[in-house]
Amino acid sequence: MTLKSFLQALLACLILSFAAPSFAQSDPKPLIDALAKADFNEAEKLLGQIAATGDARVVPALNAFAEGDLYFRKSDNLVFIAKAAGSGFELIDPLTGAAAGQAAKNAVTKIKVNNNLRRVIRSAMGGLTLLSPDRAVRLQAAEAVLRSPSPENLDLVEAALAKETDGEVKARMEEARAVSVLSSDRSIDEKRSAIETIKNLGGRNSLGILNSVSGSIEVGLKGDLDAAIASIESEQQLWDMAQNVWYGLSLGSVLLLAAIGLAITFGVMGIINMAHGEMVMLGAYSTFVVQEVIRDNAPNLFDWSLAIALPVAFLVTGAVGLVIERGVIRFLYGRPLETLLATWGVSLILQQTIRSIFGPTNQEVGNPSWMSGSFPVGGMTITWNRMWIILFSMSIFVALLVVLKKSAFGLNMRAVTQNRRMASSMGIKTPWVDAFTFALGSGIAGIAGVALSQIDNVSPNLGQSYIIDSFMVVVFGGVGNLWGTLVGALSLGVLNKFLEPSVGAVLGKILVLVLIILFIQKRPRGLFALKGRAVEA
Amino acid sequence: MISGFVFRALDGRIVVAVAILLGVALLVPALNLMTPPDSALHIPTYAVSLFGKYLCYALLALALDLVWGYCGILSLGHGAFFALGGYAMGMYLMRQIGSRGVYGNPILPDFMVFLNWKELPWFWHGFDWFVFAMAMVLVVPGLLAFVFGWFAFRSRVNGVYLSIITQAMTYALMLAFFRNDMGFGGNNGLTDFKDILGFPVQADGTRAVLFAMSAIMLALCLLVASAIVRSKFGKVLVGVRDAESRVRFLGFRVENIKLFTFVVSAMMAGIAGALFVPQVGIINPGEFAPANSIEVVVWTAVGGRGTLIGPVIGAVLVNAGKSFFTGAFPEIWLYALGGLFIAVTLFLPKGIVGTVQQGWNSRKAMKAAAEAEKGRDEAVPVTQAQAAE
Repeated sequence: MTLKSFLQALLACLILSFAAPSFAQSDPKPLIDALAKADFNEAEKLLGQIAATGDARVVPALNAFAEGDLYFRKSDNLVFIAKAAGSGFELIDPLTGAAAGQAAKNAVTKIKVNNNLRRVIRSAMGGLTLLSPDRAVRLQAAEAVLRSPSPENLDLVEAALAKETDGEVKARMEEARAVSVLSSDRSIDEKRSAIETIKNLGGRNSLGILNSVSGSIEVGLKGDLDAAIASIESEQQLWDMAQNVWYGLSLGSVLLLAAIGLAITFGVMGIINMAHGEMVMLGAYSTFVVQEVIRDNAPNLFDWSLAIALPVAFLVTGAVGLVIERGVIRFLYGRPLETLLATWGVSLILQQTIRSIFGPTNQEVGNPSWMSGSFPVGGMTITWNRMWIILFSMSIFVALLVVLKKSAFGLNMRAVTQNRRMASSMGIKTPWVDAFTFALGSGIAGIAGVALSQIDNVSPNLGQSYIIDSFMVVVFGGVGNLWGTLVGALSLGVLNKFLEPSVGAVLGKILVLVLIILFIQKRPRGLFALKGRAVEA
Repeated sequence: MISGFVFRALDGRIVVAVAILLGVALLVPALNLMTPPDSALHIPTYAVSLFGKYLCYALLALALDLVWGYCGILSLGHGAFFALGGYAMGMYLMRQIGSRGVYGNPILPDFMVFLNWKELPWFWHGFDWFVFAMAMVLVVPGLLAFVFGWFAFRSRVNGVYLSIITQAMTYALMLAFFRNDMGFGGNNGLTDFKDILGFPVQADGTRAVLFAMSAIMLALCLLVASAIVRSKFGKVLVGVRDAESRVRFLGFRVENIKLFTFVVSAMMAGIAGALFVPQVGIINPGEFAPANSIEVVVWTAVGGRGTLIGPVIGAVLVNAGKSFFTGAFPEIWLYALGGLFIAVTLFLPKGIVGTVQQGWNSRKAMKAAAEAEKGRDEAVPVTQAQAAE
């Protein structure tokens, strides 16, 4: 069979039937019945004619044909949809869907179908649904044509377009028509305007369509096509860039969340707090426990679970931090490398405690409804949970900045950091400032854990995966400077996401680590280095 | 001058430690191979391998102590040098498998056949030759340490910052070695070794010899380390640790001193890794995990940093404890290890050996003070002797 001759025949049929003033009135029944004795070639032609009737009633029959559920009765060559029932078949009228009695197994014969026919059926159905009275169905059909254009559908699309009144559906159909025109044998002018339409449509899909026809397009159109492709590509690049920046900001805000508590315990206090990751982990587990309690006692509060978990996590991890500072760290001030060992020990104990209580497996932490879903912005998609995490990390950052700069506690804290003995002489209780600073840092890590429980697995190892990244962020940004942590986190996040597409996720991460190592050589004190005496202390 | 270098290394305690190690190197294989299995003196082969593993860890801890205890560089990436040495040895052992692998390819190791690789990557060439592989055990970690140290020490990255970037280094290497297309077996690493220099790795005799080699290498490295720290260079080294700026102002090139020590230490770690792999039978990227390197720091701290035999004792004790606990009470081990970290930093900042030594010194000082009480004229030489310590 030559496809071309078939297409021409089909087109002829279609055009003929469309040319008729009321094409929908031609009766599909005899066409369907004709399928009984048709071979594959004839069936293909018949399918074209059936589709050309534009009668939506044929859809179930076409479906059944594709599924191999279409049979004809040997006695009178009438076609039915048949369902196996007991030893025989239940017959259904192909158009009305009414029951048409039973038939024994040997009284009916299956109408054979092959993959080529199935394809024809699919495209015929796409065309048929274009004429559906239901607006949503039409829109869907137009989008289906848009995704997989074929010249066979062109006339149907045009017919549907002529009748369409709804603005949005019409626009979609215009686009569907344009993509179909490109692969048809329409005139060059028509194709040129089609290219224009597709160019204005933009997006990855349009690019794919234009690229797929670039081999077969007429020479005269080559220039227009290439221009359109270039235009879409450059637009696409902009969106890709925007998407990368967005992903980068999103990763950066996760890094910021993980690192900001460390910016206090390590950056301000000089404690190499290896238990920091475990504070994040404790915060995530607090969320889990809060959600469990809510599930059992007040399921309708579930959407509020994160809001409730925030203060709980802050208090739990803050209290644990307080105990660690009073119990271990206060004996180690001035010996930063030894705080590393002791806090590493603390982290092992915390991990094992959580493992003993909750088990080593991942815990299920649910997303409240307002965190799921996404919305489109131009050529990119933004998920709500990423959006909320970015907002959340920024508000934590601002809140912390306000506490440090505006509150009495923040003032004491800065005084102790800058000159401990002088602060002590002024009546500041330095040991308690130390203890509460550490508790604050730990509490913030706990709050970060609440947010990270939404995007990561809650397991006893949760903290381990963040600890190195957190240290990198703080060291890169500059120790003792919250703004440095912010800039460090966001720039590392964006850098990572820009490297990822070209070198892959793991290699990208390795490159970032190497870049940080090199950067530290150049600026041993990070991006925003503290100047003056504090540096040598 | 060379002989002076050697003789200074032979301080009393080092001589004892070396003698013990050499004795162990002879005795343990002898007891393993020459006594009948039911004899009370028999040491089973698994124990020989286990002790051999401890000795490799001890060598790694010694290497770390050289930079941390004597030069003040807390490296959180020594596990990387250890693993690189291990990989170099692993690559030699992989090449020795030849056509006995699952896929029977005479050139390509199994995992390359599995990944559909057609020919050996360039960096695998030469590893079928033992001498070359052994050279790489020293060169690769040494080179990495040299490049890393060259940049880091020249730009005066020190203290906490240095610790954190060494950690980043081993972390980056871990991520890299986990990748299949690196050509080092990815996730699974290198394993299924058959023989080393023609002797089957699993055989009792080979294991006994590997054990003896570990003990001898440890003794040798102890001597080298002792020679370094007791030389004039060693005095400067301690000076760098305690007052880096002053040493620099005195005209020493601090960065070169640090670099030399760092490279020597990395090579020792590489040797430890190379001895470790045939005894354990596998090397995989998990050895690069930052947690491993931190554990090495703990062994060193427990034994006593700034003493040469401290880390050896610490590594053996902590690992023996680990073997015992993970066997008997697996859930308690992390509590015990965590508690040990905290207890050592809080109560034994000088470690076991350092604390014992301190007690010893203060007793000596008390005796000296008592002597000084008796006759004032004798006091002068005593203080001079003490100052020379």
